Amino acid sequence: MEFLYSIFSFLYQFGDAFAFLVLSSCGLAVIFGMMGVINLAHGEFILCGAYVSTSAAHMGLPLPLAIAAGSIAAGIAGMIVELAVIRPLYARPLDTIVATWGISMIVTQGTLIVLGTTMAGSGTPFGSFSVGAYSYSIYRVVLMVMAVVTLAALWLMFTKTRFGILARATIQVPHVAEALGVNTNLIYSLTFGLGAALAGLAGGLYAPTMTLVPTMGASFMVEAFVTVVVGGADIFLGTAPAAVVLGLIKAALTSWKGQFAGQIGLLVAVIIVIRILPRGISGKILKERA
Amino acid sequence: MSRASRFTSFLKLVEGPQTLGNGPKFWSGFAVVLLAACSYPAFADSYDVGNNVYFFNWLFMALGLSLIWGYGGSLSFGQTAFFGIAGYSYGVLTINLGDAYGLTLFSLVMAVAISALFAAVLGYFLFFGRINGVFLGIVSLSVTLVLERFMAQTAGPEWVIGKARLNGFNGMGAMPSLTIPWPGGNIVLYPDITLYYLTLALLVIVYLGLRMLVNSRFGNVLVAIRENPLRAEMLGYDVRKYQLGAFVIGSALAGLSGVLYTSWGNYITPASMGMTAASLPIVWVAVGGRSDLTTTLVGTFLVLIVFQSLTIHGSQYALVAMGLLLVITVLIAPKGIVTALVEFVSKMSDRRKSKAEEVR
Repeated sequence: MEFLYSIFSFLYQFGDAFAFLVLSSCGLAVIFGMMGVINLAHGEFILCGAYVSTSAAHMGLPLPLAIAAGSIAAGIAGMIVELAVIRPLYARPLDTIVATWGISMIVTQGTLIVLGTTMAGSGTPFGSFSVGAYSYSIYRVVLMVMAVVTLAALWLMFTKTRFGILARATIQVPHVAEALGVNTNLIYSLTFGLGAALAGLAGGLYAPTMTLVPTMGASFMVEAFVTVVVGGADIFLGTAPAAVVLGLIKAALTSWKGQFAGQIGLLVAVIIVIRILPRGISGKILKERA
Repeated sequence: MSRASRFTSFLKLVEGPQTLGNGPKFWSGFAVVLLAACSYPAFADSYDVGNNVYFFNWLFMALGLSLIWGYGGSLSFGQTAFFGIAGYSYGVLTINLGDAYGLTLFSLVMAVAISALFAAVLGYFLFFGRINGVFLGIVSLSVTLVLERFMAQTAGPEWVIGKARLNGFNGMGAMPSLTIPWPGGNIVLYPDITLYYLTLALLVIVYLGLRMLVNSRFGNVLVAIRENPLRAEMLGYDVRKYQLGAFVIGSALAGLSGVLYTSWGNYITPASMGMTAASLPIVWVAVGGRSDLTTTLVGTFLVLIVFQSLTIHGSQYALVAMGLLLVITVLIAPKGIVTALVEFVSKMSDRRKSKAEEVR
């Protein structure tokens, strides 16, 4: 019995790590995979989602609606950023990193000036359940479910909806899509907005479990980067398997040596993966298929 | 070729296609600036002199980033990682070895070597994995952030190397300053006139040395790689080795900044590697004009002065202003504001010259 308890404990930790990796990285992965832009302001969209959803929850909105509000706010912010800063820079992908970092600095410090050093959280809902000697948070299980639901929804969106098909066409051969009458600028704008909204969703979902400070975006950044680098440019063939592998590494090291060892392990894993698979897991899969 | 002529042709590398500023006009300007810098302590009080040394300390990191990013085309966000590693190494070494017999100078060399070694290991995986610019940026940033978190959690008494406590988030202090052994009493380099001249001399040496480097065969190949990696490879150059070389040299310079900074303030914290700290070198170099050493130097110095005065007058808004400056630079003057000014001035003078010729 004791053995089964520890297996459950490991599975829970793996699920928790997997959910964090998927949710924190999918916005970054959508923007990078679809547009080739690395959005260093990703953490600030997460921040936006977290702050808006917590404020909405304080105003009495039920939690799911509050989270949706945070996600939508981040999405709108993303479309504004795309219009003002990213659009002139599509020809210079390296410069978009620098520009989005500038935005990140402005937003982090601006939040500190306007809203102060910290914001009252809304508390983790749902309480806990216990298996064996340990007790587990129910909300964390909800987060795991949300990670899977998010991946499924993205898959449906990109394969079954008109927007998804136009978006993939635009990404594959922009000029042909444009010649066939697709408004590619609108597609880029919506895609960037979608990525930002996913970041906002992550912020909204994790807001009840964290302290809200202006620099909280940075605590998502390492995990998000690592997942995208290991995964490569494709969300379903890359990000999801990368999150599984990295989740296993992180859960194993965390239960063995503590939380910090988990992070070091992720970093070492990513450096080794880069050496073996420069284009990530999805690059490897797609190459073998082609 | 005789020995003497080889030596003069080596010295001639200080001017060349990869650096702005050639001919007597530039060098007389350089001499005037250098003279002004040398006579500065005569007119300023010792606080301002020490403060200028603080500015000088950062310029090495900026020059290194200019080499990696501006000349090599590989954007590294992780220069503060090497800054921090060298700073902490210097602290640990000097606290354990003490400041007698010139051991602080030995520690300086060792600390820079440690950061260069770390850069070589990391760079091996990055460049020999042939990852492109975007990934290089985010991996180097991740390394920096994880290092910061690592140092921040070393508060406990178990984190001790010899006599040196790492002290976690509060940072490590009380390491001795750089000390030169001298007959009749060691010279301790407090932030004062002696350190000012020493740092200035070091800066001039590094600046001229880098000018020679980028105009040499190595620098020309590096620029060729930046312009078109595939073409450079087809011409038979091993792209990875050149990029790694530039990365190690630039990171060692970041390490030099770290040692000088730690010795200057007898203090280093994990925050010196964090997100904010890591973003500032990018701002300096991008605003100045990353693809030239001189514009980088001038731009970095100006941005540092503006940043400090902003911090004094409106402390919170300084970082917002830096972010805005960065976004505006990228959108309006992607080559850097100082570079754009230089190009504007030279265009104007060309036009005036051609007009004068027409009149004749």
